[in-house]
Amino acid sequence: MEKVVAVVGLTKSYGDVKVVDDVSFSIGEGEVYGLLGPNGAGKTTTISMVMGILRPDAGEVSVGGIPHGPEEMRTKALIGFVPQQNALYEDLTAVENLHFFAKLYGIPRAEAGGRVDEVLAAVGLTDRANEAVSQYSGGMARRANIAAGLMNRPRFLVLDEPTAGVDPQSRSAILEHVRALADSGVAVLYTTHYMEEAERLCDRIGVLDDGRLVAEGTRRELVTRLGERDRIDLAVDGSAGDAARLLEALPGVHAAAAKDGGVELSVDNASELSPAIVRTLAEEGFEMRSLQVREPDLEAVFLSLTGKALRD
Amino acid sequence: MRVIAAITAKDLRQRLKDGSLLLFGLVLPLGMAFLFAHLLGDGPGDGLDIRYLVVDSDGGGLGGVFVDDVLRPLDEDGVISLEEAADTEEAEHLVEEGEADAAFLLPQGFSDTVAGGDRAVIEIVGSADSAVQVQIAREIADSFAVEADASRTAVLEALEAGADETPEALSQRVREQPAPLSLVDDTTADWRELDTATYYAAGLAYFFLFFVVMSSVTGILDERRDGTLARLLAAPVRRSAILAGKSLSATIVGAAGLFVLAAVSSLVLGSQWGPLPGVAALVVSGTLAAVGITAAVVTFSSSSEQATNRISVVAFGLGLLGGGLFPVAQLGALSVLSFATPHRWFLHGLAELGGGSFAAVLVPVLVLSAMAVVTGALSLFRLGRMLNA
Ligand SMILES: Nc1ncnc2c1ncn2[C@@H]1O[C@H](COP(=O)(O)OP(=O)(O)OP(=O)(O)O)[C@@H](O)[C@H]1O
Ligand SMILES: [Mg+2]
Repeated sequence: MEKVVAVVGLTKSYGDVKVVDDVSFSIGEGEVYGLLGPNGAGKTTTISMVMGILRPDAGEVSVGGIPHGPEEMRTKALIGFVPQQNALYEDLTAVENLHFFAKLYGIPRAEAGGRVDEVLAAVGLTDRANEAVSQYSGGMARRANIAAGLMNRPRFLVLDEPTAGVDPQSRSAILEHVRALADSGVAVLYTTHYMEEAERLCDRIGVLDDGRLVAEGTRRELVTRLGERDRIDLAVDGSAGDAARLLEALPGVHAAAAKDGGVELSVDNASELSPAIVRTLAEEGFEMRSLQVREPDLEAVFLSLTGKALRD
Repeated sequence: MRVIAAITAKDLRQRLKDGSLLLFGLVLPLGMAFLFAHLLGDGPGDGLDIRYLVVDSDGGGLGGVFVDDVLRPLDEDGVISLEEAADTEEAEHLVEEGEADAAFLLPQGFSDTVAGGDRAVIEIVGSADSAVQVQIAREIADSFAVEADASRTAVLEALEAGADETPEALSQRVREQPAPLSLVDDTTADWRELDTATYYAAGLAYFFLFFVVMSSVTGILDERRDGTLARLLAAPVRRSAILAGKSLSATIVGAAGLFVLAAVSSLVLGSQWGPLPGVAALVVSGTLAAVGITAAVVTFSSSSEQATNRISVVAFGLGLLGGGLFPVAQLGALSVLSFATPHRWFLHGLAELGGGSFAAVLVPVLVLSAMAVVTGALSLFRLGRMLNA
């Protein structure tokens, strides 16, 4: 597999805070690389530096073997960008927006029309192509945002949480499209909050926490790193945060975090520990509604690595 | 180039969908010019009506030279109408009553003061309702004072060089010379003032130009907020091209607005902007200066709202100082400061143009272009920092 993108030692501070700390990874042809991390982990900041939009304090990015930077037009032409924020001119139609981006990438007029149709079809917006983007629903605008990133038929596609706010059906279509692009040889950098997306789509995953890449590997490699650890999901009445702090002190509990009103635990052995968990909660006046032991998955990996739930 | 054109075309398309263009570009400047011209000035199309008084309390030679060789010829040419008043009080009264626009007061001992080596002062009493006429009077007096000063210096120099005449005899000789031709020339040079209808149409058009170009130039901050700037920066587009595209669309919108205003105010208000090539040069360089100044303010601002506020303050400040809203030329010291503003140079250029001298437009055009280059370079320099923030 040929390397398309190499990122080495990217670092960025705002004031005294290191928001991205020595992040390195590479992405091969046809590979989807997922950056997984909670809010504020530094995903967008990393991507901005990879794109050459933000100047890093340290570190280098190369694309197709060419050192990439803010004024390097050769590499920029190779990259497709789908920013986290919908980046379209709301007062213009989708078609007007896409033709404008086509011109920025130097796509000849004769070819641009066909490309516009192609990317609109890919995100299922052909019917509404001539409406102002301001008239779109949130999900449609997200899809138009993705279409704009595909206009230049990139060798390297960067997507920053592209499916946030998109309905499950469209999300599925988008994931399939990204997979198809990767299968055609495009290198993809993909950030997400959604565990299922990362599991389903990404060939390799980098776990980002507080600006540092704490683990990297295929889903299988990451899960294997957990060893014998199990994951337990609890539903409790009362403060989930208090319950998590309480349970974290138990011997054999590796990490505990509140999530969606419940508590998520990473433990050495679920069946041995369950009685102690039930007892402790009862003693402290928490009413437990359910306890589920889960197969090790990325969520568990994340919890075990960072001590945090992916979505707080 | 293609990218700059694409950004420009996209911006223009957006601007055309937005109503502020019509408001700032046409409705406000025309409406206000119409109002001002009718409140303050002569009717449409008329030349300027100038009525002056002179009170010659000097009785000496120099006062006589001023009256006979400077003012009378202008009267005879029909440029001004001149009356003599018996004394200062009468003159002040007549000006106050609106019977005259301004009075020249030649003080007692005027000739002797000059001959004695002191500065000559011709006092002007002006009517508040005749700003332009008063300004003209002041400039006539000033240019004569400069001439008289030069004569005085000549006398002093002659003495120092060992001329064997008495100072009185020497200055008598200088005085007896016919008024130097250059004096008359200077007077007509300063004469080039715009008529009221043109002054207000042009002044307000240029004043509102800043607001017209503002929304185009602050667009870059809107794009940063909306995330589209990230897309521009991600594309194979130079940062300077983004700035150039935005500036070009602002310039097109601004210059088109000025041209339309020039045409409409000529038709409706009887303004006389002058020959097209000169007007075009002033409009383009004047617009570039306005775009440069607003762009520089934008690169020091963190949001479009902040930039809009700052540009409004700057536009008002420069407009007031530079005479975009009312003639500042008669405000003495301020009149010098006003040359720091593009407004003053734009209006000055038009006045020169009205005086029929196309070559004289060159200096205002160069000054305006220099303002554009300096502020443009500053913006470009600041842009990198702004985009990385
Ligand atoms: N311009 C900036 N100035 C100061 N701090 C910033 C700036 N941009 C980002 N940060 C901080 O950097 C950290 C990382 O932000 P970033 O947007 O990269 O996170 P993220 O992983 O993309 O989060 P999310 O999932 O919410 O999109 C955050 O703490 C954020 O507050
Ligand atoms: Mg983000």
